[in-house]
This record gives sequence, C-alpha cells and structure tokens, in this order.
Amino acid sequence: MYRSRLFEEQVVQIWNDGLITGEMHTGIGEEAINAGIVTQLVDGDALALDHRGTSPSIIRGVDPKELLLEFMGHCKGLCSGMGGHMHIFSKSHLIASSGIVGASGPAAVGFAIAAQHLRPEKIAVAFFGEGAVNQGMLMESLNFSSVLKLPVLFVCKDSGMAITTQSSQVTAGKLVERAMSFDMPAKELDGTDVEIVWEAANEAIADARSGKGPSFILANCKRTQGHFLGDPLLRIVNEPVKELARITGPLFKSAVSFSGASLKERVRSLKNIASLLGKTAKHRFSGEQDPLLILRKKISEQEEIISIEEEVNKEMKGMVEEVLRMYENNNQG
Amino acid sequence: MRTLTFAEAIEDAIAQAMSEDPNIIILGEDVRMLRVNLFSRFGEKRVINTPISESAFLGAGVTAAMAGLRPIVEIMLIDFIGVAIDALLNHAAKTEFFSGNKWKVPMVVRAACGGGYGDGGQHEQALWGWLAHIPGINIVVPSNPSDAGGLMLTAIEHDSPVIFLEHKLLADYWRDYLGSGGRDNLDYNVPPAGEKGEVPDKWLSIPLGSASMIREGTDITIASIGVGVHRALEAAQHLESKDISAEVIDLRSVAPLDTTTVLNSISKTGHLLVVDEDYKHYGLTGELAAIALENLLRLKFGRVSIDQTIPYSHSEEMKIIPGTKQIVASSLKLLKD
Repeated sequence: MYRSRLFEEQVVQIWNDGLITGEMHTGIGEEAINAGIVTQLVDGDALALDHRGTSPSIIRGVDPKELLLEFMGHCKGLCSGMGGHMHIFSKSHLIASSGIVGASGPAAVGFAIAAQHLRPEKIAVAFFGEGAVNQGMLMESLNFSSVLKLPVLFVCKDSGMAITTQSSQVTAGKLVERAMSFDMPAKELDGTDVEIVWEAANEAIADARSGKGPSFILANCKRTQGHFLGDPLLRIVNEPVKELARITGPLFKSAVSFSGASLKERVRSLKNIASLLGKTAKHRFSGEQDPLLILRKKISEQEEIISIEEEVNKEMKGMVEEVLRMYENNNQG
Repeated sequence: MRTLTFAEAIEDAIAQAMSEDPNIIILGEDVRMLRVNLFSRFGEKRVINTPISESAFLGAGVTAAMAGLRPIVEIMLIDFIGVAIDALLNHAAKTEFFSGNKWKVPMVVRAACGGGYGDGGQHEQALWGWLAHIPGINIVVPSNPSDAGGLMLTAIEHDSPVIFLEHKLLADYWRDYLGSGGRDNLDYNVPPAGEKGEVPDKWLSIPLGSASMIREGTDITIASIGVGVHRALEAAQHLESKDISAEVIDLRSVAPLDTTTVLNSISKTGHLLVVDEDYKHYGLTGELAAIALENLLRLKFGRVSIDQTIPYSHSEEMKIIPGTKQIVASSLKLLKD
C-alpha cells in the first residue's frame, strides 16, 4: 500500500511538471481495496482493470520503473509507450486494462472462462467504479458469470462520484441488492480498512477457487484527487478565487438571460452546482479516512513500519531519478 | 460581428436554438458540469444528466426525437460510441428508411474527437469515416468558431440524425479537461484561428454538405477537415515560398460530402492531396479518390492520414497525426512524381 501511494505521489509530481501531457487518474484513496484483494492473488489469476489501474498493478508486482516509463511515453515503458496509464497490459501477470467505463466486466468474464479451461482454481478479478455499474456490459457480465458459475470477483470501488456527477443522482436502488439479484453473494464494506477488505475478499476468492461462482464486493472509498489530476471541480474547491473568477461571469450571464426556464428551476440548477462542489470538497482526506493512516494505527510494531517505509522511500527515489535520466536521454537522443 | 472561442460559439448557438425551441433538450454524462451555463439557464428538465449508460441514452435519444423532441445527445468522446453503436447503426440511421420516409429522427449527437495532447488510441480517434460509412447519418466537423456555431445550428435544425464532432485541440475546455488540467507548462500546437475568431451576432445555419474554399491556388488541391485544415493552410504558405500555389478546401461536412467544390478544384489543379486525421483505409481519403475517378477526372492523388492505432506517447503520436511537415513533403512528392 505504501509503495503504491508513494509511486502515485511521484506520478502526480511528474504530471505537474508537464512530463505527462494528457489525463492521469490516480488510485490515491483506493489502496486498501487494491491491497486487500490483489495481495491474495497467485500466478495464473487475472486482473481486469479500469482507468485507475496503476495501484493494483504496482501491488500485483509490475515493475514500477517500467510503469513510470510507460506513463512518460518512453519506448522502454511496460507497453513501449503505446498504452499509457489507462491501458496497462502485462501478459505475464494476466493484467488487462481499459479506459472504457465498464469494460473490465466482460474482460474478467473472459479471463474466468479461460481459467476454467486452462487454469483450474485460478480466478479473475474485475475492478470498476460505481459509475460503471450503470453500463450495460457490466450488468450483462454479472448475469453471464453467474449462470456459468465463473470464478470472478467483481470489485466496485464506490467513491460516490461518477466522473463529475454525483452517483446518487443517476443510480437507482442499492448496488449490493442489484448484484444479489443475479444470484451471487454481495457485500458492502469500508474500503478504507484493508483488514476488512482482505477478510471479505478472502472468503469470496475461496468460493471462486472452489467452483462456487462469482461474488460482488462494494467497497466505499474517497477520491481525493478528483476524477483525474486537474479535475475542474477540485480546482474550484482548492482555489476558489482563481477558478471561480473564470466561471462565474458566463454562468451569471447565462442564469439571468431573458428566455429559459422558470426562476424556480434556475435556482434549483444553481443549488445543484453548489451541492456538486460541496460533495467534491468532502472528498479531501480528513486524517481518519486515509487508508494508510488507518493501517498504521492498527500495527503495533511502529519501528518496523518506519524502517520498511524508509526502505521503500529510498528504492522509489532511486527509481524515479533513473527514469528521469532515461527520459532526458531519450529526448536528447 | 463579435469574437468568441470555438467552445463559446457552440454553446452560444445552442442557447439561441434552445431559447427559440422548447423541444430541444440535452442528454449526456456530466452535462451539469460541462454545460453549466445552459444548465443554469434552461434547468434540469432540458439539460439532463445521464448515468454512464450510452447505449440507453443514445437509444432513448432516437425515439425521443421520433416522438417530437429535438435531443442533443452527448457522447463525451466519439471513441465511446463503440458502447452505443447499435443506436446509431441500426436505429437512428434506419428509421427514416424503414418507415418509408414517413418518420424522421431529428437528433444531434455531439462528441469530442481528435488527438494531439497525449491521451492514446482509445480517447483520440476521429472515426468520422467509420461513421459516414452508414447511410442515413450526417456528420459535420467544424474547424473554426464561426463554422462551429453555424453547423451546430444546422445540426439542430436538420430533420435527420447529425453527428457534430468538435476537435479537442480547438475546444479550450476539452483541452483543459483532458489535457493540461490547469497546468500552463504544456504546448499542444493549437491553431489560433481555430480556437478563437469572429462570429455573427445572430447564428444562421450553414447548408449541410457545403465545403468552404479557404485558399485559392492553381497547382494542387489540398482538402481537409477539422484541425487538418489549419495544418494544410500552414503547409500552403510553406509551399508558396517554393513557388507552388496550393488551393485549400475545408470540407466541413463528411456526410454529405461537397463533391462539386472538390471536383471543380481538381479540374483546375490536376492534383489532389487529402489530409485526414482519421484512419487511412476505407475512409474519407479513399472516398474522395473514388469520387474523382467516377467523374472521369485525370488527377494525381495523395493522402496524409493515420494508418495505425494512435500511440499514447505524445512525441510518438505527433509523428503520425497529419502535420504541416508531412503535408508539405507529400505535396512536393505528388507534384514531382
């Protein structure tokens, strides 16, 4: 978990420096979910990831250097700089990712069918957000895996925000009940506590390995970095004076334009926007919600933790320095 | 006249249309944030936030249009149309034909397209050739603010489905949303004339399928669309320094395609270079060559387009997305051979 956090913090820095030109979705805040599940996987198990695949990949053992080089578009990156962070592919780890929301559902189903034929007792795990659960292909995957009793663990990371929309406004019913209606065990839990995640996943994974079919875990978590780095909502929350100056002019002009909806409806729209910003603000960690701090508190051997973390810090620092050197050389060459 | 950005022009044209016609609604993901100005003015009944369920809300857009509304359905990035292609391919495009031309589908599909900011092959495609392959679908791709607003109005007023593609390099909010994210240390080589420009005080629609002749010349015709138009214009200036006179046509619409303007130009120059940010094979470039041959024109033909998946690496993608250098080189080759 610590390695994942540290790695992604380095990615944020590199993105801020402009060495990653496009989008970057981090998994900061999701580490307990990723670690609680991925650490229980063995060779031959498959991972179907979404656009936030960095953290599970690091925890699964993908070389951080190759991953960082990939994000920087380097030819020595994991996928030769062709895929980027939303398209992490590692054949040796059976990891496949997609930037298309919901695509990890069918991907895990296919991995599980292959496991049934070729890799007895091996399983497939699908990671996705709660926004993806309104995507047809994911619903189809739940049904399909259930009727075939496939060894799949569906993991829904619920941050309450789907891109920049509050999920509650576009999602009907309870997701756990939705999953249960496909005749599979489903559980909602605190995704900031790695111990809780580990225990629930342990049971679900054992079921999958023994042929009892798929399970569904709904793990609640925070999305501290917004949908992606530079998330406009988060920018407004973090720097209201600067960001709002840009937005309020056109917004005010539009809201008071002559023709349009009734005053009541316009007020409701503005309230909705305020609520969206309020929801975004709540996503910043307060100490108790950081999965790393929660884990630290649970461990009694504090000195041991400090020494492990120091070792990871050193390793990560050396790795980043080497990658930046390689990037520089590549650009000069 | 007034000066607006590409994105402001689109929004302004939609606001004009929505204030005149209460049957226009917007359906799409994140529209409360992305279209916050329209949302605050027209309210939640007309600016409808959808779940991430493209196949449902695009399919719903088709019948909402059949039943009297004029929906603008937003598919955030055109790459995501893959999830919902059935609604276009088998429904939006077929209803008019199946009903014996008695039932129309006045729906606009609005989506961002194009690359050049480092987002990779699943988020930067053009796909207009692939979509134009389907009979019954119209596709417009503006290259500047004035055309963007005018063509949006055209799309809204048209009684058949129109796909409106806005290039992410031209629309500042997309560039910020998916690219820079508030950073000011990046340069995406944005064509200034595409990003901001003069627009009419009141929007008028532009006839569907009318290309725009933006530079006259006598030696070679360069036809393009979207950002490619600006790269072609820049190339034409380079060519002028080599005493080559290039004519540049902004096609503006992929379907219907303004063949008359292109054919007239080829008749004059005898050389056609098509600059297309979409895939090379089975697309716009080949279509223009076929049309020229069908019309018995004698010409030399060349194309600058993309024949592979777009790399994530920004430096690698810039090698394959049609740029000024490739256009100059291909023009010189065409004229020399």
